[in-house]
This record gives sequence, structure tokens and C-alpha cells, in this order.
Amino acid sequence: MPVISLTVNGKTCIGEVEPRTLLVHYLREQLNLTGTHIGCDTSQCGACVVHLNGASVKACTVLAVQADGATITTIEGLAQNGQLHPLQEGFWQQHGLQCGFCTPGMIMAAADLLQRNPHPTDEAIRRGLEGNLCRCTGYENIVRAVRYAAEKLRAPTGAASEV
Amino acid sequence: MGATVKRKEDPRLIRGAGAYVADLKLPGMLHLALVRSPYAHARIRGIDASAAQALPGVVTMVTGRDMLPLCDPLPLASSGEGSEGGEVYTGRVRHVLAVERARHAGEAVAAVVAASYPVAVDAAQTIEVDYEPLPVVSDPLQALAPGAPPIFEGLNDNLDHRRRRQKGDVEAAFAAAHVVVRQRMLNQRLAGFPLEGRAVLAAPDPTTGGVTLYSSTQTPHQVRSEVATVLRLNENQVRVIAPDVGGGFGVKIGSYPEEHLCAALALQLNAPVRWVENRLEHMLATTHGRAQICDIEAAAAADGTITALRMRIVADLGAYPLAPVLPDLTTAMGVGVYAIPNVDLEAVSVYTNTTPVAAYRGAGRPEAAYYIERAMDLVAAELGLDPAAVRRRNFIPPDAFPYKTPTGLTYDSGEYDRALSKALERAGYAELRREQAHRRAHADPATPLLGIGIACYVEMCGFGPYESARVKVEPGGAVTVSTGISPHGQGTGTTFAQIVADQLGVDFDQIVVRHGDTATTPMGIGTMGSRSLAVGGGALMGALARVRDKAIRIAAVMLDVGPEEIELCERCYRVRSAPHRALSLAQIAARAYSRKLPADIDCGLEATEYFRPPDLIYPFGAHVAVVEVDPETGEVRLRDYIAVDDCGPRISPLIVAGQIHGGLAQGIAQALLEEVVYDANGQLLSGSLMDYAVPRADFFPPFTLDQTETPTPLNPLGVKGVGEAATIGSTPAVANAVIDALAHLGVRHLDLPLRPEKVWRAMRGRR
Repeated sequence: MPVISLTVNGKTCIGEVEPRTLLVHYLREQLNLTGTHIGCDTSQCGACVVHLNGASVKACTVLAVQADGATITTIEGLAQNGQLHPLQEGFWQQHGLQCGFCTPGMIMAAADLLQRNPHPTDEAIRRGLEGNLCRCTGYENIVRAVRYAAEKLRAPTGAASEV
Repeated sequence: MGATVKRKEDPRLIRGAGAYVADLKLPGMLHLALVRSPYAHARIRGIDASAAQALPGVVTMVTGRDMLPLCDPLPLASSGEGSEGGEVYTGRVRHVLAVERARHAGEAVAAVVAASYPVAVDAAQTIEVDYEPLPVVSDPLQALAPGAPPIFEGLNDNLDHRRRRQKGDVEAAFAAAHVVVRQRMLNQRLAGFPLEGRAVLAAPDPTTGGVTLYSSTQTPHQVRSEVATVLRLNENQVRVIAPDVGGGFGVKIGSYPEEHLCAALALQLNAPVRWVENRLEHMLATTHGRAQICDIEAAAAADGTITALRMRIVADLGAYPLAPVLPDLTTAMGVGVYAIPNVDLEAVSVYTNTTPVAAYRGAGRPEAAYYIERAMDLVAAELGLDPAAVRRRNFIPPDAFPYKTPTGLTYDSGEYDRALSKALERAGYAELRREQAHRRAHADPATPLLGIGIACYVEMCGFGPYESARVKVEPGGAVTVSTGISPHGQGTGTTFAQIVADQLGVDFDQIVVRHGDTATTPMGIGTMGSRSLAVGGGALMGALARVRDKAIRIAAVMLDVGPEEIELCERCYRVRSAPHRALSLAQIAARAYSRKLPADIDCGLEATEYFRPPDLIYPFGAHVAVVEVDPETGEVRLRDYIAVDDCGPRISPLIVAGQIHGGLAQGIAQALLEEVVYDANGQLLSGSLMDYAVPRADFFPPFTLDQTETPTPLNPLGVKGVGEAATIGSTPAVANAVIDALAHLGVRHLDLPLRPEKVWRAMRGRR
């Protein structure tokens, strides 16, 4: 079996994988990073979004072997030094989640969106998250959560609050 | 209570530290994969698993016959709101794996257990099943037709039951009517589609000789009872844990074959067995919702007064009667918010070779609201009256409550015109009508067609027969609540903690609410039917009152005054006349568990209470949808949505708003997008997100929410359910808006979902 080396949430992870193993399965089953979820079979729901070399990908569309050598960030790696990312804070503050199943993918997709567009309009947020499904919130408070994070990230004292 | 607080559930979920069933791993855990029937109706002549059993890593493979000695038949009629937690056995038989006959595409016929999930799936794909295809009925009307092939052997037809509700002189009212409107309306089949599908992990429990079952369910106690029955165990040998559950929307009520199967195989193999549904399996094997056809007739006077209503519903139950009571809820709610004296409403429930139909957000009530609200618009159009005026003409007046409906219900409270007036005002209704008239008069062919839709809904919630709560003040003063409800996204733990903080005088952060574990919670019904706060909150209030009374008695002893001298104020139990003499709950709790407690007071500080709601309760509201229809493409854009909902007092306003947002999204999606489709052979044509349109963020405008507040007299908090209300109101509001946009073109009705092609064809008269 191929051996791959990934940097996941700052740690080097070396392991054997079957060539057919998807990145999402590798993260969940081998590395026990179960915060990345699986919600469909067709790469449409976005529950498995992670960052691969800094950009968001659906981890169900990438084979683990394709990610060999890459740097991966999952939801578990988003908070820094015990401080929530402004998006995590925003989702909590604005009631941007109910069952929470789509939330990790939604937050990771939104983080990528805000990297590319720090000043999104509400329409841009809605369009930017069209690859992520939520069945609980009607998206209204997700938009507010992302707007909250965008404002927080732009603010000069944009540090996240204590956990 | 009534404050906006951040949810207790969120810190773990936003960090990816939630624990859904598929996240759980136990030592030695095995994985289960299923072989599912590709035919909607087939006899199983033989199963050859020799290739599967030869694969490395395969532990066992079982068929329906293999499971017969291990599992009794599954309970039928087990899923569905309004069944009061009881079960009605209908005589039809459903096994954990199909025996002899598969009755819908996706019914499981064999299972493989292997060391890993990929191996289990590989092995399942090598299993050869010899099917003899049988005649299929996938359409409920065809299923009722004479000569239709019966789905259950030994039955003459595919009729499950029919129930008719009659009151008054319907014939005479129709004969005397100024106008009669008639319409056949479809309420299309929907998929629940929680983002987390179902999942089960069963592990043998050596302590009891039974099994511990982790399940993505809304009803752990019901699953426990059903698994115990099917596996011939006592209930105390089965522990069901619903850990974090990724949404339910009704489709995770009651047990499914996979729960029994994993439990039985875990016991047989003496190892944990896990099964995680994939999305195709969810579409094939998790219950669907709605699936009704209704022929409705309304008799009206010239002023719009509805004098009589007839409905004949044909309800598709799918291949097994899991929730046959739901169509009868539709007829029960048939008159909506209107005083209609004469009714003849019948529901005919039939089997088809399709996935069983059970509860999905609203469960019988959205169908009723859709039919009656569309009928109000049809009457208005027929008489040339404003749809708001016709509704006002027919409202049950505020002084008529408690109101006995002609269908046998008692509505507890309601102020329907207040909600409608507020919604129309927030929408700027008069101005919208002027804008619509202007657009129609100055018809530029490229200008979107404007439509305004109204829906006034009432819904039924707060099903019993009971709900439970245990409140325990720990010796250190922290408070633990255990509840029989089983929230899976509703944030009820937060809402309950708000109530506890208020009622006991304890910090919000000192409260833990436990749920979803039959070993640690009192008997419960679960989370469904918008009942958590209305019924579970009643139990909580009862338990809190007993704990608070006892705390006051102990405080009185400690402060050497009579109990009537003690008041709970600003988190202190203090003497009314000397407020500086005060105790915290922690000080009282320490005494409650100490040697110093007087002999005439029982030890400890806890109480368990069951609340039995005296009757059902009826939240209501009025919604206005504003749509623009693209004249070139038929695409509907929801421009504005105003929801005025009355769920009584709001304990957690932020959570209530979230429930309304999510409910609106699902109801609007029924109007415009979603549809489960079968072909004539019973093949599912909408098995994935490629074909089943779940709405995305850019589909919705920001919602405008408002409220009226009419408390119910039927529970201690005065609260009504809100989980399903917005779904119930929004489907007819949007449907009415789209049809209103096309009304001047002569369109009077279109069936859901109103996707662009259908609307485009209607605009061009090419149907």
C-alpha cells in the first residue's frame, strides 16, 4: 500500500493508505479527525470541506494519495492557541447552527470565502456558500455569522475572544 | 427566560468535537453493509453469497431467513406523530431483512458484516440474489384500482384503511351554494434529508446480557422498547443512546430495520457492529413524507362565506403502514382557521411499492394547510374578492375559543385576524397590490410578474401521552436535568437551562441538561411534533416546582422562619422582611444532603415529574410571500417573505427564530423545488442530490419575522410548539403567490413543486 505524508493541523502524519481511500475517509478513520463530516455521495453537500494547501476542497473529491505532501487544515485545527476563529465565534454568537452537522464544512468554506473576499455582501456570502447545504437554519443566521466574522477580521483589534 | 443566550450545545459543535454515531469507534468494531432490492416488487428465489464469504475480512453474511430465529417481525405503525407513542398492529408483516418478497426498491434483503466498511461493501456487491420480478404499483390511485396487484399476499386490495369525518348537512349546503370550487391537488412526496443520515452502532452489554445501541434517532425510548420486543429482551437489557444527532425532521422517529439488525448481529457475534447510511440509502430506505392526492370542493356564498367543505384524500403509505394515522391528522385539520359548519372529509390510505411514508416536518398538517389555503384563494378568485377579505370573512372569531371544530378537535386559543393584519401590514399589502396592478397595466414583456400569496395556518402540536423531567440539585449546588425528550438541533438543552436558571435561582453555567440516553433519563416520548417545550417543558416546570418548594422549606429551617417567609429573588432564597438574610441554592443543597437536615424532611434535593397534557394545542400564524416570476424562463424568485407566528411566550427568542427560519426553508422548498419521483416500475428517479433539489443559501431572501403572543392555557409555560409551524404556513403562501402572479393569464391552480418548466408551460398555456 502507498505511504503518504500529510501535515494536518500542524502535525506531520505518515501512514499507509489503500489507493482508493478518499481524503475524508483517511481523516476520519485513520486520523480520527471526525469533525469533518460526510453528508452525501455526490460531492454536493459540502459537509466535508477542509483546507488543502490553504484553499477549501471537498475532502470527498480528493484521494488521500493525491494529498501526499500537502498541508491540511480541518475544523479541529481552526482555533488557534485556544482562541476560537472569528467564524466559530460568529456561528455561536449568531445562532448559525442547529444540529451542527454541516457546521464544520460551512465554517471551512466560509473561511476560504473570507480569505478571497474580506468584504462580502450578503449576496456574495450566499453565493459563496452555494456548495454547502444546511437543512436546519434556512441559512439566514449562517449569513449573519459570516458577516460577523468578516467584520471581526477587518477590525484593527480583530483578535478572537477567550474560549 | 425570554433572554437571548448563546447555546450550550455549540462550543463542541463549532470545534468539530461533536460525537455523531459515525464518529464513534469501539474496540473490535465490525461494519455492516446491506444488499438492497433493485426491484420495487420481487420474489426472492435464492441468495448466493459464496463469493462474499470467501473474501478476506468478511465475518458473516445473513439473509432474511437467517434472521427469523433472532428477530421477531418489526412493529408497524410505529412511526408518526400523533400516535400517542402507542402501536397499532395491522397484521401486515415486515422483517429486518425481506423474507420471500421485497416490496419496494431499496428494501434490504441481505447483510454483510466485515472487519472494515470497504470490505463489507465489496462483499455485498458480490452477493447474487435471484429475483422474480412481480407486478408493481407505484401510484396510489392505481393501487386502489380494481384488479391492481396486491402488495400483501392474502389481502384483496391495497387499502390500509379509510376514515371519514362528517358534520352538518353537506349536501344541502352545496345545493344552496352561490359558487362551488373544485380542485384536485397533489401534495408531493418529499425526503427528510437531515444532513446526517441514519446510523447505528450496537455493542453487546455483558452487564445485562443485552445490548447498547447508539442510534441517530429522535426517540431513544421508543427504539429501546421496539428493539427489546423484536429481540425478545427486557427493556432494561437494551440501552439506547442518541448522541449528537444531525437533524431529524420526523424521519428519525421510531425504529428502523437496521437498528434491530445491528443489535441482533452484535449479540450473535459478540462484537460491536456499526452501520452508517449513505445518501442513496437515505433516499431509498428512510421514510418519505407527504405523498397525498386531495380532491377538494368548497361551497361558498356570494360574500365569500364558506358553507361546506368536502375532501377526499388518497394517501400513499408506501410499502408498509408505518404511520397510517397521518392522513387522518390531515382531515382532522381540514378546516384550518375557518368556521366551516358542514364538512365531509375522508382519507383513504393505500399501499404502493414505494418507500414507506411517515412523518416529515409537519406530518399531516402541512397537507391540510395547503389544501384549505389554496381553496380559499380559489374561492376568492371565483368570486373576484381579495384573498385576505375571504379569509377574514371565515375566521373563527377570538371569542369562540376554546373552539370545537366540526372534525372533532378543540382549538385552545387563537387570534387569527390579529396575525393576518400584522403580516399584511409588515408586507405593505395594499402597496404590493398597487404595484401588481401597475405592472399588469403596463405590461412590458420583460418585466417579472409579481405575485402575492397569503396563508393563515393553524397547526396541532403537543402530543402526549406524557413527557418527563428529573431535576437534581447536586450537593455542590450545580443542577442536572434529565429529560425524556431527545433534541437533535433544537437547542432544547439551552432553553431548559434558561428555565431552570430562572425557576431555581442558579447560574446558567451551573446547569447540565442530559437527554438521549435511556439509562440516564426517565421514560420519554422524544423530540417530534413540536412537543419538546410544550410537553417536556411542562414536566420540567413540575419538577422544578417541587425542588423549589423543598429548597424553600430547607431555607426556612436554616433561617428559622416559616416557609411562607422565604422568597426566591435575584438568585437568593431570602427572608421577605429581612432580605439580607439570604441563602444560595448551593448552601441549601449542602444542607439537603447533610446530617443537619431535620428528620421530617426527606434527604436530597431532586424530583422527577411526568406531565400529561390535557389536550393538544394549536399554534397559528399568518404568512405573506412575495414572488417575481421571470416571464422568459418561468423561474420564481422569492422577493420577500413575512412570517407572523404565534407560539405563545418565547423562552429563547433566538432559538425560536432559528426554528422559523429553518421551517420556512423546508416549506418554501416544497413549494418550489423538492420532489421524490418514482417511475411506473417503482424505480426511484431522485436518489441523490443530483436529482433531489435541496435548497441552497442563494435561494432565499432574508426573512422578515414578527409575532403575536397568545398563550395556551394548557401547559404551565403557556407555550406552543414552533418547530413545524413555519413549514406548515410557508408552502401554501408561496404556492398562492406564484399562482397569483399568473392569475391574470388565466391560471387558477398548479401542482407543486413550481419549478421553472412547469411555470413556463403554464404561462404559455402549453400544459
